[in-house]
Amino acid sequence: MEPRLTLADCLRHHLRLTGTHVGCEHGVCGACTVIVDGAAVRSCLMLAVQAEGAEVVTVEGLSNDADLTPLQKSFRRHHALQCGFCTPGMITTAHALLSEEPDCDAARVREVLSGNLCRCTGYIPIVEAVLDARAAYQPKGRDRSGDRA
Amino acid sequence: MRTVNSLIGSPIERLEDLRFLRGRGQYVDDLARKDMLHAAILRSSVAHGRIRSIAVAAARALPGVHSVITAKDIGNRVPRVPMRLQPLPDFEPFGQPVIAETKVRYVGEAIAVVLAETAAIAEDALGLIEVEIEPLPAVADRRASAQDASLLFEDKGTNLAIKFRAVRGDAAAAFADAPYVRRESFRTQRHMALPLEPRGLLAEWDAARGRLTLSGGAKVLFFNRRTLAKQMGLPESAIEIVENDVGGGFGARGEFYPEDFLIPFAARHTGRPVKWTEDRREHLMCVNHAREAECDVEIACKRDGTILALRGHAYVDVGAYMRTNGAVGARNVAQFMSGPYRIPHIDVDVALQLTNKTPVGTYRGPGRFETDFFRERLLDMVAQDLGLDRVEFRRRNLVSQREMPYQIATITPFESKDEFDSGDYQTTLDRCLDEIKWTEKSKLAGKLIDGRYHGLALGCFIEGGAAGPKESARIVLEPDGLYSVYVGSSAIGQGLETAFAQIAADALEVTIDRIRGVFHGSTCYVDDGYGAYHSRSVVMGGSAMLDAAKNLREAIRAQAAQRLGCQPSEVEIVEGSKAVGPGGKSIALNGLSSEGISAEGAFLNKKHTYTYGAHAAHVAVDAKLGHVELVDYVVVEDCGRIINPLTVHGQAIGSVVQGLGGAMMEHLVYDQEGQLLTGSLADYLIPTASDFPNIRAIVMGDHPSPINPLGAKGAGEGGIIAAGGVMANAVANALSAFGAQPRELPLTPTRVWELAQAPRK
Ligand code: FES
Ligand code: FES
Repeated sequence: MEPRLTLADCLRHHLRLTGTHVGCEHGVCGACTVIVDGAAVRSCLMLAVQAEGAEVVTVEGLSNDADLTPLQKSFRRHHALQCGFCTPGMITTAHALLSEEPDCDAARVREVLSGNLCRCTGYIPIVEAVLDARAAYQPKGRDRSGDRA
Repeated sequence: MRTVNSLIGSPIERLEDLRFLRGRGQYVDDLARKDMLHAAILRSSVAHGRIRSIAVAAARALPGVHSVITAKDIGNRVPRVPMRLQPLPDFEPFGQPVIAETKVRYVGEAIAVVLAETAAIAEDALGLIEVEIEPLPAVADRRASAQDASLLFEDKGTNLAIKFRAVRGDAAAAFADAPYVRRESFRTQRHMALPLEPRGLLAEWDAARGRLTLSGGAKVLFFNRRTLAKQMGLPESAIEIVENDVGGGFGARGEFYPEDFLIPFAARHTGRPVKWTEDRREHLMCVNHAREAECDVEIACKRDGTILALRGHAYVDVGAYMRTNGAVGARNVAQFMSGPYRIPHIDVDVALQLTNKTPVGTYRGPGRFETDFFRERLLDMVAQDLGLDRVEFRRRNLVSQREMPYQIATITPFESKDEFDSGDYQTTLDRCLDEIKWTEKSKLAGKLIDGRYHGLALGCFIEGGAAGPKESARIVLEPDGLYSVYVGSSAIGQGLETAFAQIAADALEVTIDRIRGVFHGSTCYVDDGYGAYHSRSVVMGGSAMLDAAKNLREAIRAQAAQRLGCQPSEVEIVEGSKAVGPGGKSIALNGLSSEGISAEGAFLNKKHTYTYGAHAAHVAVDAKLGHVELVDYVVVEDCGRIINPLTVHGQAIGSVVQGLGGAMMEHLVYDQEGQLLTGSLADYLIPTASDFPNIRAIVMGDHPSPINPLGAKGAGEGGIIAAGGVMANAVANALSAFGAQPRELPLTPTRVWELAQAPRK
């Protein structure tokens, strides 16, 4: 593996995990966001060799064939995606956020998502979808809001 | 459980989402082929100059480089990018060569293509190409362009590509006896569509069969195939253009760009599959720009606020070449300056000026965003002059329902007449006022509350859709009894598959799970398709689908009649699954034919649909920082019969936020040398999740279009069109104590701060 290979290109072109998208290659759009050892990271700004020994989770790793996850269902219900290009980065970012802060409020969701560009939706449905998915991330026994997902 | 015929109008969750949410969409850069070469393109760093030499030997010698292509390798005549819309002979001399031959005319113009074993090697090799360019004075704006001191095309002797003129009635006479006239100048800035997915192409040449497959198409596959066939000397039937999932279009993606020739040419040249993906910097310099327009306009009114006439001159900076749809925005600036208002006398011309900048094309609401800003600003100024209420002034002049169809200004040289089809423009205005609580909030207008000035504004718009001439569809009853739908429209992220499945299922009287799939995005599905532009997909493709469904049902009845031994007219199709003849004798459709039954349909159309509506904004402006907070924003539109309220609503919100980007921040800045200063997303700002949290969209479907069987109208652009004018009027209203009159966009903090520098009244 060439040392200059980015993690994004490694995932996409070497491992053929094309769910991770590349929209800018300079760290602004967030389409390439993956989860490295629990933290949301821009894979276009990280070299593949830096990920040695780390656990990397992509949108594929947050999905299963049988059914959509509660977070994905919430995105679908709120029409939080149009062209779908930003979606993997939104899902990974939102998953990392909700895993850490299942009680975050709208302002916090907006703040965290402000590092991910979407040109289609105007963000409003994405923020709603993330807020609506919080219930699924509550520690067991604390589910107060009645998850509709 | 849903029964049949109830899908149109239901908020059906999208079928597309299932793959997108799992990271299983397939965009063009996701494709890979064995033995594929990667292309990288050397682009001009000089805005205007003569090419003296291009030395490629060092690049060619780099290990891993397969070849380097320049104009010399293309053949005797380098093909030009054609005009797709308004292909007037006047534009021909200004066509863009697909690769620079003797001159470069903008920063970003392609000079050489490197083909290598990896994308990284191809990019490395770009640095080894030596190009000598003798610089010429750059034409950096429309004023310099009009002076003709430095010419982009010397043999033409002018930088003026063409002038259009929009005329209705007799403006000169109306101005001669007008009791009140106001003259103003306005300007909108260059910005662009910026879909999130960069462009890409994958070309495969099958030498044995003489066939080309090009993946990465979008929007107008059939036009692009026709163009490419001509340029490559191939029959159209030898080319298939495939549309993969597309990460946003907004008018820009999918037009025929120079790379749409260069990459297929490279595949044939090398005999290997060739893939190219642009980076964001290339995207910002190469994909169609838009919206750079100025005007000097005059309006004439009676003292009671009845508008009598509108006239003036507009100027559009079209960049270095006229390509595909580069004239549409300018035409619309002139033709739609009157918007949804009754203006009996109009005379507006628009000059298309060439400059050494990226060529322009359409961006969602082309020309309409610009001209709405001009007009709605002007209307607020007039209302202020005449002491009229801003709402009543607009209401008095909106085209009324009984004037429909309403003839608008005719544009020359096309002589194209056009009319508004239907609607009640007052109702969307009323609803918008209600929603934003206009009366209540009016009390805040211009007030300083907690350190910020509050402002309120509204504006009305009209959105054209449903461009003809035609769309095609084909529906197949498969041997297993399911239906496959094929259509010539294109999907660019609008949720087309779902909307079309709804329409087809209703027309076939089946549930949506009986639709096996909606297939679009390949030139091999239907004979002749037209694609996705001018908000046309649902109206045109959907109407074609109704025709195909009718024809298919007839074909099914005919086949079933043979088997049941009766007349086709005696056969009834029940729930799309069985055919029932006289006496209750029936046959299941999945047993009807072993090859399946197929029927085609088409919809031909010369007219346009007009969606309409109103926007209102409430802002709070920090006069010291120039910061504008959007407290509330409402858009109300009526887009005829609604197929899927969920997706239409999503389009409206997304469209507004793009419009707010254009109103408040987006700007492609050039210096006087013609250098683009905003070549990354750190410099070219677009809205983020924290910028505009308070937006509401109300989509009404009360007035179906009379010009198509669905009753649908084009939708998706209405949210963007009025945003610039409304935001500028809201800021003007907030800063009225300073006499602020924004005449230029975007309303960046610096500009807003400047507006608040006058002494307070
Ligand atoms: S591709 Fe990594 S942030 Fe845009
Ligand atoms: S859905 Fe298209 S960029 Fe977000």
